[in-house]
Formats: sequence, C-alpha cells, structure tokens
Amino acid sequence: MTTITAQRPPMQGTHHQSYVVTDAITMLRRNLLHMIRYPGLSVFTIVGPVVILLMFVFVFGGTLGAGLPGVDPAGGREAYLAYVMPGILAITIAGTAGGTATTVSMDMTEGITARFRTMAISRAAVLAGHVLGNTIQAIIAVALVLGVGVLIGFRPTATPIEWLATFGLIALIACAITWIAVGMGMQAKSVETASNLPLLLVLLPFLGSGFVPTDSMPAGLQWFAEYQPFTPIVETFRGLLLGTPLGWNAVLAVAWCVVITVIGYVWSMVIYERKSVRP
Amino acid sequence: MTTTAIAVQGLRKSYGTKTVLDDVDLTVNAGTVTALLGPNGAGKTTTVHILSTLVRPDAGTLTVAGCDVVRDPDGVRAAIGLTGQFSAVDGLLTGEENLLLMARLRHLGAKRSKTRVAELLEQFDLVEAARKPLATYSGGMRRRLDLAMTLVATPSVIFLDEPTTGLDPRSRHTMWDIVRGLVLEGTTVLLTTQHLEEADQLADHIAVLDGGRIVADGTPDELKRLVPGGHIRLRFADAAALDAAAGLLDGSARDGSARDGSARDGSARDNAGLTLTVPSAGGVGALRSVLDRLDAAHLEVDDVSIHTPDLDDVFFALTGTKDQSGGVDTKGTES
Repeated sequence: MTTITAQRPPMQGTHHQSYVVTDAITMLRRNLLHMIRYPGLSVFTIVGPVVILLMFVFVFGGTLGAGLPGVDPAGGREAYLAYVMPGILAITIAGTAGGTATTVSMDMTEGITARFRTMAISRAAVLAGHVLGNTIQAIIAVALVLGVGVLIGFRPTATPIEWLATFGLIALIACAITWIAVGMGMQAKSVETASNLPLLLVLLPFLGSGFVPTDSMPAGLQWFAEYQPFTPIVETFRGLLLGTPLGWNAVLAVAWCVVITVIGYVWSMVIYERKSVRP
Repeated sequence: MTTTAIAVQGLRKSYGTKTVLDDVDLTVNAGTVTALLGPNGAGKTTTVHILSTLVRPDAGTLTVAGCDVVRDPDGVRAAIGLTGQFSAVDGLLTGEENLLLMARLRHLGAKRSKTRVAELLEQFDLVEAARKPLATYSGGMRRRLDLAMTLVATPSVIFLDEPTTGLDPRSRHTMWDIVRGLVLEGTTVLLTTQHLEEADQLADHIAVLDGGRIVADGTPDELKRLVPGGHIRLRFADAAALDAAAGLLDGSARDGSARDGSARDGSARDNAGLTLTVPSAGGVGALRSVLDRLDAAHLEVDDVSIHTPDLDDVFFALTGTKDQSGGVDTKGTES
C-alpha cells in the first residue's frame, strides 16, 4: 500500500455518486430535526384536518349523510363519517405540502442551498431529504387523523393487506405532493408566497368525490371532479378501507402519483441551480 | 516559490442585455489575501459566484486550486469554501448542529466531525452559544458561525463576500483577526468589500472592480501611488516665519488664496491659517529633510501633519468618473 500525504481534502468529484445516499440521509436527519425542534408546523398539519373532520361530521354530517344515496336519514351522521374519512385523509396529505414549500423557500432565501451547492452535494440529495422527511411526516399525520376518526366511530373493514396497500398509497401520494411542494417552494419569490401556494392542493379534494358524490355537482364541476387526481385517490382509499368497488381507481391513482412525481421532480431539478443564487 | 490559487482570464458574464463582467483578468497567489474592491453593482458578487461554481461564466478560462471551474466543478468544490453576503446558516438548528451538519456533508466521519466541531466552536468563540438556537445569536455571532461552517473541511481557498457588512466595529475587528489567522495557516482568501479600510487592513493585493471591469490592480501601496496628493502641512507662529519657510522650501510656493490640499504640483500656503503645504512622496526621510532645513534656518514650526493618499482617494479617483456613461458614481459614495 502506498501512503500519500494529501494536504487537500480528498477530491469529492470521483466519489460523487456514492455520496448521494449518505447525503440524502444527512439531509433527512436535518429535516426531521426541524420537525422535532419546531413541532408547530407539524402539529398544524394534524390539527387542521381534525378540525375539518369534526366540523363536517358533527355540523354538516347529519344533513349531508342523509343525502347520500341509499342511506337511511336517521343514520346520516354515521354514514357521512365513513363517506368523508377518505377525503379527510387526502387533505391531510395535501396539507403537509405547506411545510415543505415553506422550508424549501427558507433554505433558498437564507442562502444555505447555495452553500450546499458549493459543497458538491447533489441536488437530488438535498431535495430527497425534503421529500423523505415530508413523506414520513405525512404518514404520521394520516395515522393520527385516522386515529381520531376511529375514536369518533369510523370503522374501517380493511384486511391487513389492504391496510398495507393504504399506507403504500399514502406514501406514494405524499411523495408526489412533496415534489410539487418542493417546486413551489423554489419557484416562490418569498417565504410567504411559498407557504400559501400549497393551499391550492388542499382545496382539490373538496372539488372531487371527497366530501359529496360528484353526481350531485353541476355539469362543468362534475367533469372536473371526475378527472382530477384526487377523485381516484379518494375512491381507492374508500375501496381499501371500506370495501367499495375499486374499478380502475387504484390504477389511476398510482398513475397520477407517478405523473405528478415526475413533473415535480423535473420542475425542481430544472430551477434548482437558477433559483439557488440571487443575481 | 509562489503558486497560483485562482487564475481568471477573459471572464465575461451578462444577464440578458446587461453586461455584469466584461473581460476580467485576475490572479491570486496561494496563501495571500486579495480584495476585490468596488461599489455596489460592480460585479464583485457575480465574480465570487462564478469562481465558487454557483454561476456559469459566459466566457473565460477560470481555475481554482488547479481545477477548471466549468469542466471540473466538483474538484473546485472540494477545495473551496464560500461565506456569502447572506448568512447561509440553518436558522432552525443550534450552532453546534449547523457545524455537525457541515461535517457530515463533508464526510469527515463521526469522530473527526466531533473534534473538528469542538475546535471550531473554540476558535470562533461560540462555545457558550453552541447549544442555543440561532434565533438568539447576534449578527456577529451568525457571521462567525457562517465562516466556521465554511471552514469545517479546511478548504485551501476561501471566498468571503463582504464578510463584515452590517457588523459593529468590534465584530469587524474579530473577523479581520480570523482572516489574518487563516492566511497564517496558508489559506488563500479572496474577499470582496466596499470598505477601503478593510481592503487596506487585510489585503496583500487589491483589484478595483467597477462596472464589470478591473480598473486598477496592485498592492495597496501601489494603488495609493496612482493618486497624487501626499503632502506635509506645516503651521507657523506668525506670518514672517511662514514667509521665510515658503521662500526656503519651495520656489514655487504660491502666494494667494488657494486653500491648502488642492496643491498637486507644488506647495501652497494659507496666509490666514499660517500654514504651508509641501508636496511629499511620504515617508520619514522626506519629513526629516523638510524639518532639518527649517531647523537650519531657525524657523520654529508649531504643528506638523502628514497626509498620505489613502485608498479612499484611489477609490473615488478610479470609480467616481462614470456619471455620464453609467451612473455608477452615486453608488460609489454610499456607506
């Protein structure tokens, strides 16, 4: 073995690829530390959907449930809880996007992203840290919101396999949504804009089959509701948790997640270098 | 033997139709401090961003630590550290966590990371604040942490983009001491500043950048010599002594109302203030010879002051004449 005394640190260029995973884990640790250190944002992503859940079930639920097809008006609230839960899960996942967009935007404006770039850390590692962190957060949030649902009487009929598939889908949606949120956080000129943009994502499940059946909507809205990504996602949750017919919904839901992930990934990668430096 | 740490030739960069850097050449020898001096908008930050691989140049050959900035950016990144104008720290973590994050990203290994972080906390006087969130840090502490983060992997070339902007005098001096310490350890430093005093204090070499071009380049002393205006001012007790001294020291000492400092090509006298201004290249020798001659003539001097051209003179002389072409002039007089 030859010994070489190197004054300079070893060239990272040659090992660049092999550090992507290590760096992504380091970035993930950083993002998890943020969540533990500043739980406010994470708590909000859970409290928000819980409030909406309670409001829809206990304020509107009696009437809305009575309007559902084939439901005995007396058991409206209980039926509505079962109907709305998948939609609530969808907005819970969508709601975590706000945190990601905000932290990405903060990294951009504070200049730490530029620092990462001068350190030869691949953009994939930096962004994957955000995506993994947020996916974990989304899964925890969904589990807690589901727990509240069970507490107030939600009774899923899912088998262990279906539960597994449910959480797989949650992870997939969270990943897709987070990539879009990363793009939003980078694109936004200020942290304020970045924290507001993802609210659009939270609105989407309302314009689908999440809260009322789409055939009760006017024609134009119904068309949008049927073809937007959250409808097959919500229907898949329904199928997995409550045993309603799945049809093509599961395939559509997965396909949407893949498409959204690719769009968010490419968008983020393209603007990463340009947006991390202020001219 | 000197080796070149940073070599820039024919660097050009424009954003749209706006030319930011126009044929910039720059050489920085290893182990020295070079200051890039210029008003706001001169292109200092863009130069640093290009050298630190954040921005791609439009044209030019640039090497940093022997690696080509465009073709081998990762080679450059392994050798450099950048502390920018905006603090690049993670505001949600503590100082220690920030440093550990850098150590992990530099792949130092758990044990080495720990010792290096402890070293830096000590060196940058951040031991007490190490476990406190950054929200409690002062501007000077944040800047020190920022620089410490840059130094985790002991880079051989460091870029400091306006390292003391917004710092109070004490923090500025602390920062200067840190930079001097780095240079003693053999680090090459390229710093940008709009403060002439800072360039004068720290730099071995100064390049004045204005409107995207290097308008002057040299040691602080060389630059000062570019601008005339060094003189000795003598004050006498009475008009008779002033007359005698004027006759003695300079045949061309002009009578009249020209008030002192404007004399660029000869002496000037100010009868009301009983002062005589004699041009001088500066230095003790010149002063002694003037005083010796006055002494020999038994002329008593009440007061002596020496004015050497400082970098402010150089700066304004070099960057202050652009008002017709580009309007850079007003920016040059800020701060």
